Amino acid sequence: MLRGLWKLSWIELKVFLREPMGAIGTILVPVLIFVLIGRALGDRLSPPDLAHSGFIQTGFPVLASLFIAISAVLSLVTIIAIYREGGILKRLRATPLRPQAILTAHVIVKLLLTAATLVLMVLAGKRYYPVGIHAPLAGFTLALLVATWSIVSIGFLIASIIPTARFAQPVGAVLLYPLLGISGLFVAVASLPPALRAVARVSPFTYAASLLAGIWNGESWSAHIGDVAALVVIFAVFTALSAKVFRWE
Amino acid sequence: MQVENPAVPEFEPFLAPPAASRAVIRVANLRKTYGRTVAVDDVSFEVNDGEIFGLIGPNGAGKTTTMECVEGARKPDHGTVSVLGLHPFRDAYKLQDRIGVQLQEAQLQKRIKVWEAMDLWVSLYRRQREEGEHLLEQLGLGDKRNSWFMNLSGGQKQRLFIALALINDPEVVFLDELTTGLDPQARRAIWELVRGIRERGKTVFLTTHLMEEAERLCDRVAIIERGRIIDVDTPQRLVDRHCPERTVLLATGDPNAEGRLRAIAGIDEVARSGERFTMQGRGEDFVTQVIHCLSENRIRVTDFRTISPNLEDVFLKLTGHSIRD
Repeated sequence: MLRGLWKLSWIELKVFLREPMGAIGTILVPVLIFVLIGRALGDRLSPPDLAHSGFIQTGFPVLASLFIAISAVLSLVTIIAIYREGGILKRLRATPLRPQAILTAHVIVKLLLTAATLVLMVLAGKRYYPVGIHAPLAGFTLALLVATWSIVSIGFLIASIIPTARFAQPVGAVLLYPLLGISGLFVAVASLPPALRAVARVSPFTYAASLLAGIWNGESWSAHIGDVAALVVIFAVFTALSAKVFRWE
Repeated sequence: MQVENPAVPEFEPFLAPPAASRAVIRVANLRKTYGRTVAVDDVSFEVNDGEIFGLIGPNGAGKTTTMECVEGARKPDHGTVSVLGLHPFRDAYKLQDRIGVQLQEAQLQKRIKVWEAMDLWVSLYRRQREEGEHLLEQLGLGDKRNSWFMNLSGGQKQRLFIALALINDPEVVFLDELTTGLDPQARRAIWELVRGIRERGKTVFLTTHLMEEAERLCDRVAIIERGRIIDVDTPQRLVDRHCPERTVLLATGDPNAEGRLRAIAGIDEVARSGERFTMQGRGEDFVTQVIHCLSENRIRVTDFRTISPNLEDVFLKLTGHSIRD
């Protein structure tokens, strides 16, 4: 059904890695920031008492991971905008490639890069985290992929609305970072003002933060089935919405 | 005025069935609007099997919209289109395997390599990798196979797009503003390639705003202006029909020349500036008449030139303005 999907994904991955700025920005920068902040916080990250897990133990890795997700989505939005402006989407659409395959290929590439960045980040930052926490890396990666996949659907909506590629990054950032701010990572959703609380309830970041924090702390997936379900519903709604307004040229 | 010209490629009238049954593209009463702007208005034409058919007109005349409606990339508001007997919109995926498309101002990923693009197209159309390599060689891109798309010249990009458009061995090839932005040398090379496509028995449907391109390349052209087709025919017949006048320029010191020249049958106008004469007349015969007059009267000339009208003049005549405006 999705003829050419794997070949296109492979080509898009290579094409992406050939652009030094893109590759450095999405992979190296998050890893570097993580390591630097980890060093600065060094002592506090490895307290002997592991009973409580506050922001530094749990919130920080979750925040760093969501930054990876956001940068992946922003990069995707920019690429889609550039491809539309340059007539690349139009050209690909005039082949037996289904439109879904073109977008799916980009999502696959972004998810791969997100997973790679996360693994690199955790490995590089490992020494700042005491073994006692034993965050399940595989499960956490999977949780981040589910979260990213859901946030991507907002990315498609942004990509559908913005007029040119130049607006992709700023518009995306202005929309996505505040959502991260009210995700419950910093302030509990319940103590937000009502208007913000309503936004937080439909934002994938809220459920992503809850899911990631839970998995990081070794909780089971079944305890977070509600978060996963919410992320899936948000993905379905935003994807349907962007399918309505998406412009190919 | 009906003028027969041996240079016009005539289809054998007794062997071939009537043109209508050899049409691979049929467009009838096509109409497409964008908001209040009427881009294409009641356009009808047919493209015959094995010919190079050009849709010519200035930018914004509706060429690309018409072509995109025929390809199935756009849905017309009104009218019928059939390509190879298929409906471009309903049978879009079936049709895709039988046509090749080159889009105006299309791009590929900046850093995709030439061979990767070809490889992708090969897999999309389920062809053999060797066919793709062969096409790249044929189009002179063999030594560019490892280059990034962004590093190709304009001509090389267009050749790559032609190669991609040909990968599925299509029966009909659509070329939209193929040589826009290319230098004259690259343009001529591309024309040769397009003639090559026709020689392989394919039908070519192209758009251009370059009258020279249409004149040199197309078997038949349709002139489109403000969304309407004004006339369809071979370039030569269009010129003969709409611009039968011929101009002869000559220079002579013979004092009797003016009187003799003015006596030529069919002459419309003689303008003189010193020893130089500019004469206008009608029909293919006119130039012969002038030469005849010169030799009969032993008029010595130091310069002799003829100016034949071309499609550009036809366009000017039909629309009242130049295509470059």
